[in-house]
Amino acid sequence: MRGATHAKWAACAAAVALAATACGGDGDSGGGDGDGTGVLSSSWGDPQNPLEPANTNEVQGGKVLDMVFRGLKRYNAKTGAAEDMLAEKIETTDSQNFTVTVKTGWKFSNGEDVTAESFVNAWNYGASLKNNQKNAYFFGYIDGYDQVHPEDGSDQKAETLSGLKVTGDNTFTVKLNQKFSTFPDTLGYSAYSPLPKAFFDDHAAWLSKPIGNGPYVVDTYTKGSEMKLRKWDDYPGEDKAENGGVDLKVYTDNNTAYTDLIAGNLDLVDDVPASQLGNAKADLDGRYINTPAGIIQTLAFPFYDKAWDKPGMEKVRTGLSRAINRDQITDTIFQKTRTPASDWTSPVLGEDGGFKEGLCGDACEYDPDEAKKLIEEGGGLPGGQVKISYNADTGSHKEWVDAVCNSINNALGNDKACVGNPVGTFADFRNQITQLKMNGPFRAGWQMDYPLIQNFLQPLYYTNASSNDGKWSSPEFDKLVNEANAESDRAKAVSLFQQAEEVLRDDMGAIPLWYQNGSAGYASRLSDVALNPFSLPVYNEIKVS
Amino acid sequence: MGRYVIRRLLQMIPVFFGATLLIFLMVNVMGDPIAGLCGERQCDPATATQLRKEFGLDKPLWQQYATYMGNVFTGDFGTAFNGQEVTELMASAFPVTVRLTIVAILFEIVIGITLGVVTGLRRGRPIDTGVLLLTLVVISVPTFVTGLLLQLLLGVEWGWISPSVSTEAPFDELIVPGLVLASVSLAYVTRLTRTSIAENRRADYVRTAIAKGLPRRRVITRHLLRNSLIPVVTFIGTDIGALMGGAIVTERIFNIHGVGYQLYQGILRQNTQTVVGFVTILVLVFLVANLLVDLLYAVLDPRIRYA
Repeated sequence: MRGATHAKWAACAAAVALAATACGGDGDSGGGDGDGTGVLSSSWGDPQNPLEPANTNEVQGGKVLDMVFRGLKRYNAKTGAAEDMLAEKIETTDSQNFTVTVKTGWKFSNGEDVTAESFVNAWNYGASLKNNQKNAYFFGYIDGYDQVHPEDGSDQKAETLSGLKVTGDNTFTVKLNQKFSTFPDTLGYSAYSPLPKAFFDDHAAWLSKPIGNGPYVVDTYTKGSEMKLRKWDDYPGEDKAENGGVDLKVYTDNNTAYTDLIAGNLDLVDDVPASQLGNAKADLDGRYINTPAGIIQTLAFPFYDKAWDKPGMEKVRTGLSRAINRDQITDTIFQKTRTPASDWTSPVLGEDGGFKEGLCGDACEYDPDEAKKLIEEGGGLPGGQVKISYNADTGSHKEWVDAVCNSINNALGNDKACVGNPVGTFADFRNQITQLKMNGPFRAGWQMDYPLIQNFLQPLYYTNASSNDGKWSSPEFDKLVNEANAESDRAKAVSLFQQAEEVLRDDMGAIPLWYQNGSAGYASRLSDVALNPFSLPVYNEIKVS
Repeated sequence: MGRYVIRRLLQMIPVFFGATLLIFLMVNVMGDPIAGLCGERQCDPATATQLRKEFGLDKPLWQQYATYMGNVFTGDFGTAFNGQEVTELMASAFPVTVRLTIVAILFEIVIGITLGVVTGLRRGRPIDTGVLLLTLVVISVPTFVTGLLLQLLLGVEWGWISPSVSTEAPFDELIVPGLVLASVSLAYVTRLTRTSIAENRRADYVRTAIAKGLPRRRVITRHLLRNSLIPVVTFIGTDIGALMGGAIVTERIFNIHGVGYQLYQGILRQNTQTVVGFVTILVLVFLVANLLVDLLYAVLDPRIRYA
C-alpha cells in the first residue's frame, strides 16, 4: 500500500514534468559580437493587431514595419522631412491627379521585384472593407474609396479603388477625390507600404513570418514573446543596417525591461518608465536620450453638450487653459520629458513645417488672476465644477490630471472646482467618447501619422473628422483647411493651416497641454542610437561593438 | 470509490457552467471592446461593424455564450484580437506556467514540510521560534516586494541570475520566480505541518510505535508524518489552482509569458475569448486538483473510505 502510494506520486510528477518539457520550445540563444555583425536586443510589446501594414496603428507593430518595409517616401530621422525612398518621382499639375514612378532594382527579400503593382495591390487590399484593415481610412482620399469601403457597412460595390491605375511596370497614377497638395508627403506612413505576391498567395504564412523590402528580414517570430530580425545582406537601399540584427523581446512591464537594461541583459529600452526618469541619467551614465516626438496631449471638450457650447463659453475654456501651470507640471511630474505646449502641432514639424512656438499666445500663459476673471466673465463653470475624464489603466494619467485640477482649483480658490474622473479601461473610455457621453473636458492625445501640420489639424478639428472627439466645428476653420489642401505652394499652405489654427485658438476648441518627448536608454556596447520623430529607435543606424 | 469519483465528476458540470457564465458576463459588462482597437480615434463605423460581426459581438449575449460553449466542446476557443487562436496562446502559456507551478509546489513540499517537521519536533526551541518569526515576515511582506527585492539583489547587484526569464523559460531560470511565487504558501505549509506534527506527537499510536522499539526515523516518517499530512495536502492541492491563476504579479515582475501575462493582456484589451478560455481551463484545473486531494485522503488515512 505504502509502496504503491510513493510510486503514484513519482509517476505523476514525472508525467507532468515530461509533458511540460515536451511542450516547451527549443532552447537556442541569439546574440553575437564584434565588427558590425553584432545583434542587439531591444524591448518590445505584443502588437495589438495582426502585423499587416494597413492594420497596424500602434507603435509596437510599427516598430517591426519600420524595419521590414520601405515605402515610396521615408521621413528623415532628424528633420522629419519626407524624402524619396522607392519613389523616382511623384508628379502632379493640379494637386489632385498624381503620377508615381517607382525606382527600378528594388526587391522583396523573397526575390520578387517591387513594381507599381506591388503598391496598387497593397493599397487596394488596405482599402477594401472585407479585409477589416484598421488603417483603411488612410486611403479615403483616393477616388473610389466609397465604393470599396461604404461608410454604412453595406456590401462593397467594387473590389479595387477606381482612382488607382497601373500604367507601366514602374508607373501608376493616383486620382484623389479632393485637392490635397501634400498627399505625396503622407506616403511615408507604413500603411502605404508595398506588398509582395506572397502576401496574397499564402496570407497565413506571411503573417507568421512577414516578408518585406526593408533592410531587415524576419528570421523567427514567436508570437507574444520574441521576434528575431536579421540584416538583409542583399538590401538594395542606401540605408543598410549597420548591425547584424535586432532581437525584439516582449516585456509585459517596462520596469522589468529597464531592470534588464541596468543588469546588462538587454541593450535598448525605448520606453523608460516614468518612475525611473529621475534616475535614468545617473543609472545609465549619459546613455539616455530624450528628444521631441510628434505627440501632443490636449484636453478636448464635449461640444455636443449645450452647457459647453453656448456663447461665452470660449472665455471659460480659455480661462481653464490659463489656470493650468504647464511649466510646473512638466518639471515635477514628467521630469522634463514633456514640454509645455504653445500651439496645436509639434516641434518635430520644424518652423518650415508649420510649428509656431507661441501661436497660442496669452491663452496658454499661466495667469491665475486672469483665468478667474475670464471664467467669471464667461458665466462660470457649467454646474459649478469640471470633471476631467481619463482612462486609468495605462499611461499613468492620474498624476497629471490631479495636478491640472490642483492648478485650476488654486487659481479659482475653490477646492471643488475641478476633479478627475477615472474610467476603468481604455476601451470603455473610447466607448464613452464615441457614444458622446462625456459631460466635461477629457484627455485627448495625438500621435502623428506623418510629420505634416495637416495631420495635427484636419483629423482632429475638421467638422466630423475621424478623431474629432469633441465634435468641435467651425466653418471658418474648415474653409481654411480646404484652401490649404488645395494650395500647391508649400509655404502658403502652411500659413493657411496656421490661420486655421488661430481660429481654433480664438474659440479654444481644445486646450493644448504639452508636447511629449520620446525617451530611450541603451547599453554601453551600442553607439549612434537615436529616436525618430515617431519616437521609434532608428535601428538600422545603431552600431554594436 | 468508482461511484464516488463519478458523483464528483458530475458535480463539476454545474460548477463549470456557472463559473464560465460568470466570467463571460463580467468581461462583457466592461463594454464594447472594439472601440479600444483603433487607438485615439474613432474606428470607422463600417470596419467596426465588420469586426463586431467577425467576433460575434453583434449577437445577443446569451447567444454569444451558447455559441462560445458549443465551440469550446469542439476544442475551438476562438480567436484573440491579434488574430491568434486562443488555443495557440494556451499552448505557449500553459507549459510555462505549469513549470513555474511545479517549481513552486516543489519548494512548498521540500522546504515547507521539512521546516514544518523540524520545528514541530523541536517546539519551543530557538530553531522553532526562529522559523516561526521568519514565516511571519514572509507572510506579511507582499509578493511584489519580495519579487522586486530578489530581482534587484540577485539580478542587478550580484548578477547571479538574469532579472528576466527568457522566452523558453527552462526550469533553471524559474527557480527564483518559483521561490517568490511559493514564498507565502511555503510559510503556511511550514506552519500547518508544524502544528499538525506537534499535535500528533502526543497521540497514542506514536507512543505505541515508540514503545514497540521502532527506530525514531521510522516512527516519524511512517506514523507521525503520514497522519499529519492531511491538512497540508488539502492546502497544497487547492494551492495548485491558486498558484497557476495567481502568478500574474510574479509573471509580470520576471517577464514570464505564462497564463498570468495572457490574462492580464486579455483583460486590458477586453478580449472575452482569451479571458474566458484561460479561466475555463483554470476552473478545470481547480476542480481536478480538488478531486485528487480528496482521493489522496484515502491513501493517507486508511480509515477514510469513499462509497
